[in-house]
Amino acid sequence: MKYFEKDLTSLHDDLVAKRISVTDLVKATFDNIAATDPELNAFLTLNQDAALKKAAEMDEKGVDADNVLAGIPLAIKDNIVTNGLTTTAASKMLENFVPVYDATVVKQLNKQGVINVGKTNMDEFAMGGSTENSAFKTTKNAWDYTRVPGGSSGGSAAAVASGEVIAALGSDTGGSIRQPSSFNGIVGMKPTYGRISRWGLIAFASSLDEIGPMTRTVKDNAILLSAVAGHDDHDMTTSTKEVPDFAAELNDQTSVKGMKIGLPKEYLGEGVDQEVKDAILAAADKYRELGATVDEVSLPHNKYGVAAYYIIASSEASSNLQRFDGIRYGHRSKDVKNLEDVYVNSRTEGFGDEVKRRIMLGTFSLSAGFYDAYFKKAAQVRTLIINDFQAVLKDHDFIMGPVAPTPAFKIGDEISDPMTMYMNDVLTIPVNLAGLPGMSIPAGFAKGMPVGMQLIGRPFDESTLYKAGYVFEQATDFHKQTPKQGGNN
Amino acid sequence: MASRIDQEQVQHVASLAKLSLNDDQLKYFTTQLDEIIGLFETLNEVDTEGIEPTSSVTDQINVMREDVADNWGQSQALLKNAPDAEKGYIKVPTIIDESED
Repeated sequence: MKYFEKDLTSLHDDLVAKRISVTDLVKATFDNIAATDPELNAFLTLNQDAALKKAAEMDEKGVDADNVLAGIPLAIKDNIVTNGLTTTAASKMLENFVPVYDATVVKQLNKQGVINVGKTNMDEFAMGGSTENSAFKTTKNAWDYTRVPGGSSGGSAAAVASGEVIAALGSDTGGSIRQPSSFNGIVGMKPTYGRISRWGLIAFASSLDEIGPMTRTVKDNAILLSAVAGHDDHDMTTSTKEVPDFAAELNDQTSVKGMKIGLPKEYLGEGVDQEVKDAILAAADKYRELGATVDEVSLPHNKYGVAAYYIIASSEASSNLQRFDGIRYGHRSKDVKNLEDVYVNSRTEGFGDEVKRRIMLGTFSLSAGFYDAYFKKAAQVRTLIINDFQAVLKDHDFIMGPVAPTPAFKIGDEISDPMTMYMNDVLTIPVNLAGLPGMSIPAGFAKGMPVGMQLIGRPFDESTLYKAGYVFEQATDFHKQTPKQGGNN
Repeated sequence: MASRIDQEQVQHVASLAKLSLNDDQLKYFTTQLDEIIGLFETLNEVDTEGIEPTSSVTDQINVMREDVADNWGQSQALLKNAPDAEKGYIKVPTIIDESED
């Protein structure tokens, strides 16, 4: 069984009507993974025994008819801690790390009866855009096994797109949910900063990191966001704003009539693939056809987003990753003569090149004599980027554009050139800097590979993005196309 | 084009960050960091006179809570993650470098 013909609601109906048991569903999921993953490499750790045990318990007591997530198998990115289940952030530093608590999002999913089937591959500490920075394996794009799945949530994206699982959690600091969703033709939401607790998310850049759902349909995504969002005493950046039942607003009556959409000219500029542009322009026409207006707007500081981001994110990372010192947990070098060796050799052996690059960039940007020229300058440019978005969103309901300038590139093509890799995030990074919600939904194909459209909204207005995404999805059939087994599209 | 960061500076930054680089790594990290810092310097094109820096975009300011400890009773599980532990303590190597006596 693949999940291609199913969504959360239809699976829930099957479970409640006992057309399938939770145990059979979980078994079928592990069968999918056993058949697909030896080549796809989406998973780092499987949770088979615990998942089957929980499934049997749920079958015993019956599936809660009022809870659409009860008994649903789901995958979790490996930088989100899971009690008793190895969590590595795809780093040698944490190769044998077994958390003693569940992240708040995991706790919420468990409460709803979701079954965690395993932990997905990613770029080490979520630093990268291709999942090639994993210390353990290279995940492939579900549509073409010679191409990258994107990153850093590449494992989650490939697992959903290939039909191994129906949904997964990812995290997004500069595009890490949206870009792999775009590359694999699925729906990925990076919610507003503060919408979801990050307690238990292994910190990369704390002013930017956000957790979010990755699914095949907009409605499934909305269901999951409602399930994991909300205030948490353990994360003081979480908002106390009420969490809407996002999916309840998605039905036959949902419409974009009268909505005003901004299409930034910078999002269709230099470096954006012609077929990607064509897909987005066609989507704009579709929205006009559906009764919205689309006009050209400008985000003049967008092009400075990548530079500001790599200063800010690297600075925060250099601070967050200081905790990996080889003492209390994580890798400890055996080659040590003194305490300094424990720190230096453990970190040198435990971290990969991209992580070292970012730690050094951050250390440099924060160091005496450079702070004002780099870190402070970047934080000021961040303010200007926020102002640009505010100006547009004052009189537009949301912004549309591509997620990434190109479709998925070939494995090995960009990994040795960090600058080229960094520029892939030019259209997603500004959204993190501004803390806005951003979503990727399938909007076409370029060179046979999926192209994602990005919808960007006002703070805490994921609702409008879901409505606009849902209406577009219902009016098109891009999301119905699925990769062939083995990625031979 | 003048280089923005040289090998000596990269070595200094690496030591601040508790990382050690061999000669090959020092060479290629210097080239890469130099290129990336060049990208950083494009920010000089932007007039930021009088613009407040943004360090966080949360709508929550000064969130207070009771100072109550929770999550007790996990010391054994936590120690399992320590590279070396004995009798409820984390063990580290001798911290005085005897080779320099």
